[in-house]
Amino acid sequence: MSKSPDATLVQAPGVTLTIDGRTVVGRKGRTILEAALENGIKIPYLCYHPRISRTGACRICLVKVNDTMFKTACTEPVAENMKVVSEDAELAAIRKDILEMLLSEGDHNCLYCDANGACELQDLVKRYDAQMPTGEFPRRKREIDEASSKGLKRNEDRCVLCGRCVKACGEIQISNVWQFTGRGSKTHLTSGLFEKIGDSPCVNCGTCSQLCPTGAIMPQLPLGNGFNWELQKESSICIYCGVGCKIDFHKNKEGMLVKATGNGDGPNEGHLCVKGRFGFDFMQKPTRLISPLIKENGEFREAAWEEALDFVAGKLKKIKADSGPDSVGALASAKCSNEDNYLMQKFVRAVVGTNNIDHCARL
Amino acid sequence: MTNSIREIPDSAGFFVIGSNTTENHPVIGSMIKNEVINKGKKLIVVDPREIELSRYADYYFQINPGTNIAILNGLMHVIVKEDLYDKAYVEERCEGFEELAKTLEKYTPEHVADICGLKKPQDIIDAARFIAGLKPMSLYYAMGITQFVSGVNGVKSTANLQMLLGNLGVAGGGVNPLRGQNNVQGACDMGGLPNVYPAYQPVTSEDNKAKFESAWDAKNLSTKPGLTLMEMFNGAIEGKIKALYVMGENPVLSDPNQHHVLEALRSLELFVVQDIFLTETAREAHVVFPSFGFLEKSGTVSNTERRVQLMNKVIDPPGQSKDDWWIIMQLANRLGAKWDYSCSEDIFNEMRKVTPSYAGMTYQRVKNELIQWPCPTPEHPGTQFLHKGKFSRGKGLMTAIDYTPPAEGTDKEYPVALTTGRVLEQFHTGTMSRNSRILEELSPEPFIEMSGHDSRSYDIVDGELISVSTRRGSLRIKVRVTDTAKPGVVFIPFHFKEAAANVLTIDALDPVAKIPEYKACACRIEKILPLDEKGGGR
Repeated sequence: MSKSPDATLVQAPGVTLTIDGRTVVGRKGRTILEAALENGIKIPYLCYHPRISRTGACRICLVKVNDTMFKTACTEPVAENMKVVSEDAELAAIRKDILEMLLSEGDHNCLYCDANGACELQDLVKRYDAQMPTGEFPRRKREIDEASSKGLKRNEDRCVLCGRCVKACGEIQISNVWQFTGRGSKTHLTSGLFEKIGDSPCVNCGTCSQLCPTGAIMPQLPLGNGFNWELQKESSICIYCGVGCKIDFHKNKEGMLVKATGNGDGPNEGHLCVKGRFGFDFMQKPTRLISPLIKENGEFREAAWEEALDFVAGKLKKIKADSGPDSVGALASAKCSNEDNYLMQKFVRAVVGTNNIDHCARL
Repeated sequence: MTNSIREIPDSAGFFVIGSNTTENHPVIGSMIKNEVINKGKKLIVVDPREIELSRYADYYFQINPGTNIAILNGLMHVIVKEDLYDKAYVEERCEGFEELAKTLEKYTPEHVADICGLKKPQDIIDAARFIAGLKPMSLYYAMGITQFVSGVNGVKSTANLQMLLGNLGVAGGGVNPLRGQNNVQGACDMGGLPNVYPAYQPVTSEDNKAKFESAWDAKNLSTKPGLTLMEMFNGAIEGKIKALYVMGENPVLSDPNQHHVLEALRSLELFVVQDIFLTETAREAHVVFPSFGFLEKSGTVSNTERRVQLMNKVIDPPGQSKDDWWIIMQLANRLGAKWDYSCSEDIFNEMRKVTPSYAGMTYQRVKNELIQWPCPTPEHPGTQFLHKGKFSRGKGLMTAIDYTPPAEGTDKEYPVALTTGRVLEQFHTGTMSRNSRILEELSPEPFIEMSGHDSRSYDIVDGELISVSTRRGSLRIKVRVTDTAKPGVVFIPFHFKEAAANVLTIDALDPVAKIPEYKACACRIEKILPLDEKGGGR
């Protein structure tokens, strides 16, 4: 979910700094991490996300500034002539340590995790060759709730307390369902005052699941399933209301739809509502119409296209000849494309010869 | 929308009237909430139901259904009387102010509060002063303005208010109707209306007739405006309409007065439906054509802010189903046309030649750029907001409008006002959402929303099955007792065929736009008594 850069910041004055010896230009008021990402330098992170405010919780993006101090790149603003080291042996070791602490705290078993293959923690574990620490670590019992909500699954054993879900709900959806509760090692997620998400006022927009870097919050799947690395994705425009949200639809090897994620380039800036997120499986219902039908003696029978088209065209010709073109009418559709609608009105006007064309604009 | 979704952060305040935004346009609803809750922007909400947004509003008016014009006039009355309007803007850019001001005179806060069912007239004065200080303020509305016999006047009243405040033609302002279907804007733009060709070019004009005859290589295009949807149904019953071809619509559930619609469809000699499911409407057809669903086709759609976007094919279509345009082309060619489109882009390229507002768009541009019409040339960047500098028609026309009540007021026999609409998890007639597993699980059944006050008066409890009747029909439906409802007003979502709200609704139309009055009619609530308590029936 990328956000188009804020216009005022794009115009903000440039700030020149060096990252790993490379001179780059950042923007006044933006962070080291943002300057690095804009210049193709991949500083790792977990709690940062372009759609939400700065957090600085995970410490993965720790960098060296001016050889004297460690700073979290996601919160530290760029400054003129700043010298940044984004990675060296020491930083890599720190990152590995942080990752191993995160691993020890939870139950990060990719074997049965829906995020396997699309997990930012997994990527970093691979990148820094982190291992599950040996030895006994105190483990707290954490919330696993896969069934109370129709839209979301929650497994806090996979949570890294990055806070993206809290901010997704508080800054994008604005339902403020997710919060942190507890202190220190007892910190954990809570859905408002409710133990189960299904009992909370969550409206199932699913934006928390889209921003979650691990498998802690995942969407329920209405239809197909598949390994993340096998899914194919293509964008389209939501079929429901007039906002016109751009959505990436993911399908599995068998061609079944699996999930929908908000695309940052649309007017929705990556956000979706419950209908955009979950209302697509009707497309692959077995009750879809698959053949032209002609009604005979009150019952439908399947017909070939040629027969059905000839039948309708013949009838239309006759009615037009007997009763005139104004005895024919048609309804176009607010659910069809511009091209379909253009052609429908052209058919009615130029081929039938009437202006009896309308659609459900008023409904 | 005159303005754009991305201007929401530019507004100092929002005036939301007749739109349950967080349920019907949730993504825009969240953007407004973000401005109001997280950034302290101002919010005024006008709606008969105590919708979610009303909780965050600086002023909330729970008006009686169908009294939008009265409250708007009441606010404008105060703004004019106290000299709070944007004089320079009105003088320079608008016309009709004198007449409007004269009409507004009688809409005193007390008179308006009486019409709208509001307890505190002083709130109207305070709110008027408040919104006059919000620059720019954007106004959002939806079907809660338009679906009345006074729908067109309601829209004009929203424009009056925004012109008076100088909020039209500026970023972050505007009159912003939220369109309820993903391509209702495009269907209108493409000429899917009885009186206009693409880009709203009137069919009555001889020039337009000549233009389209030449572009389409057609003869004798009709200059007589056609019939609207409701008029076609009436025509079918009268025997004037003999054939009807319906693409992707379900009027049996979506149109008012269901009995009347069914009678019309059953009177036809030829009824053809093109859809993805055997809908309640398709069941009535003589012939059904199976078509592609949205993820099986490519093409463009135009959203509520006039932005044109590309749909891509995501999955393979089932069985013998075909693209909508392909089916239309096959029929056209059997009736003597010689169309030869090979893909949707061919059609788009022809369309833009006859559609000035789309003339500068190509698939390539639409794919890579954010383009909103009007976009008249390939170099034109598109139009973020309308009426910049001056109005499209020259001067902004202020229209003096009087409040008129809904066609069917409540009375002794039918004492409760009924209004209809949608819920978050369902959509329209449910052809899509009710066939989506998670959505259907989230909102599986019809209900009638009733205030605690009314439930006590009728001795009805939450979850009880009751009977609701109007002069058109009646149905049995479960009660949801909620503080959302205003006493004396009930609400039924129209998604559910098992208790179809449109069995009850009235088919009274706005005289200009022919939009049905879904948002207000009179009904009667009755408790269903077990047989042995009925005392032998009545």
